[in-house]
Amino acid sequence: MDAIILQVLNGLDKGSAYALIALGLTLIFGTLGVVNFAHGALFMLGAFCAVTLSRLLAISHETADPTRTDFLGNPLKVQTPYVEEWFGPEIGGTIVEWSVPLGILFAIPIMIAVGLAMERGLIRYFYKRPHADQILVTFGLAIVLQEVIKYFFGANPIPTPAPPALVGSLDFGVMIGFDPGSIIYPYWRLIYFVFAAILIAAVFAFLQFTTFGMVVRAGMADRETVGLLGIDIDKRFTIMFAIAAVVAGLAGVMYAPINSPNYHMGMDFLVLSFVVVVVGGMGSLGGAVLAGFLLGVLESFASMPQVTNVVPGINQIVIYLVAIIILLTRPRGLLGRKGVME
Amino acid sequence: MLGLNKKDTSLFLIVVALTVFAPFILNPFPVGSDLAQFNAGYPDLMQRFLIFGIFAIGFNILFGLTGYLSFGHAAFLGVGSYAGVWMMKLLTMNVVPAILVSVVVAGLFSLLVGWISLRRSGIYFSILTLAFAQMSFALAYSVLTPITGGETGLQLSLSDPRVFGVSATPQGSIPLTNFFGLEMRDSAELALGGWLFTFNAGYYLCAVLMLAAFYVAIRIFRSPFGMMLKAVKSNQQRMQYTGLNPKPYTLAAFVISGMYAGLAGGLMVSMDPLAGAERMFWTASGEVVLMTILGGAGTLIGPVLGAGFIKYMENIVSKINEGILHTWFGFLPDGLEDFVVAVFYPFVGKGWHLTLGIMFMLVVIFLPGGIVEGGQRIARLFRRRPARAHERSVGAPSSSAAE
Amino acid sequence: MNKLTINRRGLIKSTAVVGAGLAMPHIFTRRANAFTNEPTGSTVTLGFNVPQTGPYADEGLDQLRAYQLAVEHLNGEGDGGMLNTFSSKALSGNGILGKKVAYVTGDTQTKSDAARASARSMIEKDGAVMITGGSSSGVAVAVQALCQEAGVIFMAGLTHANDTTGKDKKANGFRHFFNSYMSGAALAPVLETAYGTDRNAYYLTADYNWGYTTEQAIREATEAMGWNTVETVLTPLAATDFSSYIAPVLNSDADVLVLVHYGGNMVNSLTNAVQFGLRERQKNGKQFEIVVPLYSELMAKGAGANIKGIFGSQNWDWKLENMLGDRYVGTNAFVRSFGEKYGFPPSQAAHTGYVQAILYADAVERAGSFNPCAVAEALEGFEFDGLGNGPTLYRADDHQCFKDVVVVKGKENPEDEFDLVEIVEVTPTEQVTYAPDHPQFAGGELGSCNPGA
Repeated sequence: MDAIILQVLNGLDKGSAYALIALGLTLIFGTLGVVNFAHGALFMLGAFCAVTLSRLLAISHETADPTRTDFLGNPLKVQTPYVEEWFGPEIGGTIVEWSVPLGILFAIPIMIAVGLAMERGLIRYFYKRPHADQILVTFGLAIVLQEVIKYFFGANPIPTPAPPALVGSLDFGVMIGFDPGSIIYPYWRLIYFVFAAILIAAVFAFLQFTTFGMVVRAGMADRETVGLLGIDIDKRFTIMFAIAAVVAGLAGVMYAPINSPNYHMGMDFLVLSFVVVVVGGMGSLGGAVLAGFLLGVLESFASMPQVTNVVPGINQIVIYLVAIIILLTRPRGLLGRKGVME
Repeated sequence: MLGLNKKDTSLFLIVVALTVFAPFILNPFPVGSDLAQFNAGYPDLMQRFLIFGIFAIGFNILFGLTGYLSFGHAAFLGVGSYAGVWMMKLLTMNVVPAILVSVVVAGLFSLLVGWISLRRSGIYFSILTLAFAQMSFALAYSVLTPITGGETGLQLSLSDPRVFGVSATPQGSIPLTNFFGLEMRDSAELALGGWLFTFNAGYYLCAVLMLAAFYVAIRIFRSPFGMMLKAVKSNQQRMQYTGLNPKPYTLAAFVISGMYAGLAGGLMVSMDPLAGAERMFWTASGEVVLMTILGGAGTLIGPVLGAGFIKYMENIVSKINEGILHTWFGFLPDGLEDFVVAVFYPFVGKGWHLTLGIMFMLVVIFLPGGIVEGGQRIARLFRRRPARAHERSVGAPSSSAAE
Repeated sequence: MNKLTINRRGLIKSTAVVGAGLAMPHIFTRRANAFTNEPTGSTVTLGFNVPQTGPYADEGLDQLRAYQLAVEHLNGEGDGGMLNTFSSKALSGNGILGKKVAYVTGDTQTKSDAARASARSMIEKDGAVMITGGSSSGVAVAVQALCQEAGVIFMAGLTHANDTTGKDKKANGFRHFFNSYMSGAALAPVLETAYGTDRNAYYLTADYNWGYTTEQAIREATEAMGWNTVETVLTPLAATDFSSYIAPVLNSDADVLVLVHYGGNMVNSLTNAVQFGLRERQKNGKQFEIVVPLYSELMAKGAGANIKGIFGSQNWDWKLENMLGDRYVGTNAFVRSFGEKYGFPPSQAAHTGYVQAILYADAVERAGSFNPCAVAEALEGFEFDGLGNGPTLYRADDHQCFKDVVVVKGKENPEDEFDLVEIVEVTPTEQVTYAPDHPQFAGGELGSCNPGA
C-alpha cells in the first residue's frame, strides 16, 4: 500500500511536468494551429534561465591564495562572488543559494520576450503554411536554440540545487498513519506539484473568467467569426503564444533542481509531450492536463519491480502502449474536439 | 520510354546519369587540395545517399500522395535491417536473400502497423505510428537484446551457422557481404591528374535498386492508383460519397512505403553488416520526414535531394575541425586568421547541428516547396518564357506540400 | 595554433603526381596495396572518432584534446608529455616511422550507425590507418567490428563493458580502459572494509549491454563477500526522472543502492536518490549507502554535491602520482602538458585516448611497419610502464590491458572546481586479473588479424 501511494505521488509529480508542457503546446495548437516542435526547447530555455541566474549571481573576482596551489602547482585562485562582498557572506550566500526560486522572476520577462520574438519574428509567417512546413521550421529553430545553449554551457548536465532550506524530504507516511520512513517525499517535488497545480489553475482561470480569455476561447472555436466582430484576434493570439512560452519556461525553471539541466532536455520531453497532447485530445486544454497526469501515474506504476518482474520491459513502452489503446478506443483522445487536425 | 511520358522519361534519364556518374560529380576537388574536404565521392557516403534516397522516396509515396504523415517509418527500416543481418547469420553472405527478406519482413510489419494506425487520420495517425516505432526501439534496445543485439547492435560472428556459406574464411575472418561473389567492398579507383575517383561495387548495386525504386515510384505517381491516393489527400469525404473506400488504397500505400523502408534497411546491412537499434529511434523517423519536406514533399526527386543534403551535412560538415579551418585560412595574417577561424568554428565539426538547424529554417522560409522549388527558381531565371514556368523540369505533380 | 597538413592519401598523392605528369589515367584496385591505407607519402593519418554531439559531447571533446596533444608530442612539438616517462623508447618525436602524424576527426553521436559511418569515411576517404576514440561500449563494439572487417587497427576509447574484450573481441581491436569485471573486483574489498559483509543491495541497472555486464560483475563480486542482492531493476536508457525507480527502494529491505548508470542517467538517478533522503536513511540498524561502480569526472561535476562520499572506480585519476608516488609516473607529465595547454586537468577519457595513441605509435615503431598484423603482434603481450597507470600488460589472449584499478570517493570538501574525487585505494593488478576464459567473458573469439587488402 505504501508503495502504491509513493508511486501515485511520483506519477503526479512526473505528470505535472508533462501537463505543463502539454498545456502550452495545446494552447499553441488550439489558438494558432501551429505544430510547435520548438516547445521542448522553451522548456529547456526556462531551465537554463535558472542556470544563468545562478551563474550571474556567482560572478566573482579572483584573488590568488599563495598558501594553496592549484593542480599545476601555481598559487590557487580563490573566487569570491561579488554578491557576497556586497551583502556579506551570510546574506550573499543565501541569495546565491536561492537562485532557482529567484529564477522564476528572472525567467518570466525572458520567456515573454522569447515567446513574442518567436511568434512575431517567425511563427506568424507560417499560419497559412502546411503543417509540414511548420514542423520543419520549428524543428530547425529547436536545433538552433539547443546548439546555442550547448555552445555556452557545454553538453554536461549542470547541477542546480534547490535552496538548502527546501532540500530534504517530508515523512508523509507518518502523517497518515504509516511507519516512519515508509512514505517519504522530497520537499522540492511537492513544491513542484503545487506550483504546477497553481500555474495550471491560473491559466484556466485566465481563460475562463477574463474577457480576454473569453475572446481567445471564442477565437479558438471560430476564428473567422470573432474576426468579423471587429476584434483583433491576432494580437490576442500573440499574447497567448507568449503565455504558453512562459508556462513552458517556468516548468523548466522549477524542474532544474529535480534533474540537472542539459541542453537536450527539451528534445527528451518533446515527443512525450506530443503524445500527451494527442492522447488528451486535440484542442482540449483539460484533456492535455488529464492525459499528462494519467500517463505520469501509469509510467510510475509500470516501473515498480513487482510489475516489471511479471512483464519485463513494460516500463519501456507503457506510455506508448496506453496511447495506442486510448487512441483506438477513443478516436479523438480523451477529450478531443471534432475536426481539429484530424 | 518504359511507359513514361516525355517529361518523366527525361527526369528519369537525368537521375540515371547523375547516379551512374556520381563518383565523378561528387569528387570535384583534387585529392590533397584544401577543398578536398568537401568531396563526397567515397563509397560509404555515396551508398548512404542512395539508401536514404530510397527510404525517402518510399516515405513520399505515403506522405506526398496521401498526406498521411507517419512519424514511425524508421521502425520499418530497422526491422528490415535486423531481418537482413539474420539472413546473413543463418544462410549466406550473399546479399540477395538478405535484401529480399528485409523487404518482405518490413512489408509484413508495416501491414500490421498500418492496419491499426490507419483507423485514425491526421495527427492521431502520426502519434499512433510514432508509438509503434518508439516501442520497437525501446524493446530492441533492451528486452529483445538476444534477437537484436541491443546496445551494440546485431552483428555477425565467427560462429554463425551460415548454412549456404562458410562461418569463417580460411584466414579466420568473417566472410564479406557479396553479390554472387562480387564483394560489396570491392572498388576500382581511377587516378586522373590530381583527381581520384572510386567506383564501388556496393554503390552500383544500390544504384540499380534505387533506380528501380525510383522508376516504380514514377509509375505509381502516374497510375490510377496514384490518382486515387491524391484523392485521399484532397478530400476523403468526397471520395467516400462516390462509393470508394479510401482505406485499402491508403493501406496499400503504407505497405509499399514500408517495403521501400525495408529495402533501404536491407541495403544498409548489405553494405555494412550491422543493425543498430538507434535507426528506429524517433529522431530517425523524424529525419526522413525532414528529408522529404526539405527536398519537396509530393515531388518525385525532392526526397532524394533532401536525403542527400542531410547526409552530406552529417558526414562532411561534422568532420571539419579547427585544424582544417586553420589550413584553409592560413593565407590570412595571423590575427585575422584566428578571428575568421573563431567565426566559422561554431558552425562546423561539433557544431554541425547548428548549421543543419539554420539550413532547415532558411530553406523552409525562403523556399516553401523545398530544394526542388529552389531548383525551379533557378531554372526560371534561365528560362525566358515565364508562361511555361509552371511546367517544371523536375515534374512536380502536385506541388503543394501535404498537411 | 599549429598548422596541420591533413594528408588524405599519401599513396594517391604520389601516384597523382606521376599521373599528372604523364597525363595518363591510372586505374587500380585496393588489392594492389599490401594492407589497407598503407601510407607511402610523408605523413600518416590517424582517425579520432569521438562523440561531438549528444549527451557525451563534452567527454568526447576532452578526448579530442588529448589526441591533439598526443599528435603534437609524436611530432616532436610541445614538451613531449608522457613520451619522456614511457618505458619504451622507440618513439623519438619525429612522427611515426619518420612520417609526420596527421589526423582527421569525426562525430560518433554515440550511435553505432553514425560512428561506423564516420569511421568508414575516415578509412575510405581520408586513408586513416588507425581509428580510436569513443565514449560508450555500444559504439566501441560496433566500430571495432568495422575496423576488423576493413583491416585497420582500432584502439578503443572509453568503453567499460566486458563485451568489448569479451564476447565481441576482435583481433584488430585493443582496449586500454578497464572493464566491468575489474570494477567489481576492485570495489568489493573496499566496500567490505567500509560497509561490512552483511548488507542488502538493491540494483538499478541501465537496460542495455553495458548495464548487464556491470551489474553482473558487481553482483558476483559483492555476493562472494557475503552481500545479499535484494532486487535488480532495469531502467530505460531514455528515462530522465528516476523517482519511480527510487521510491520502491524505500519499501524494500535494502541498505545499499547500487546505481549501474552512466552519463546523464547516473547524474539524474543519483540526484533523485539523494532527494529521497536515501543518504540520511537508516535501515537494518545501518547507515544507508549508495555506490556507483563507474563514474567519470564529468559525471561527478554534473552530480554536484550529491557525489560526496560515493564510492566508484576509475581507470586513472590526475592526482595519482601526487598521492601515491612514483609507481604512477607519467601522470604528472601528462597533467602538466595537458593543463598548460587547456587550463584544466585531463579526464580519464582523455588519458586513455592519449595513451592509446602513444601505444599505437610505439607499436608501429617497434614493428617497423604500419601493417595491422605487425602492429597487433607488437601490442600483444606488450609490457610497459610510465604511462600513468603503473606497470601494465596488453594481454595477447583478449587484447585487454591489465593494470591497477583506482577506487575513488566523491570528495567532501573540494579544494577547487577540479578536485571532485579523492583516491581511496588502488587495487593492484593481481586482484583484478582474470582468466581469459572467465564466464563473464565467455563466447566470441578473437579471430585472426585482418590487414585488409
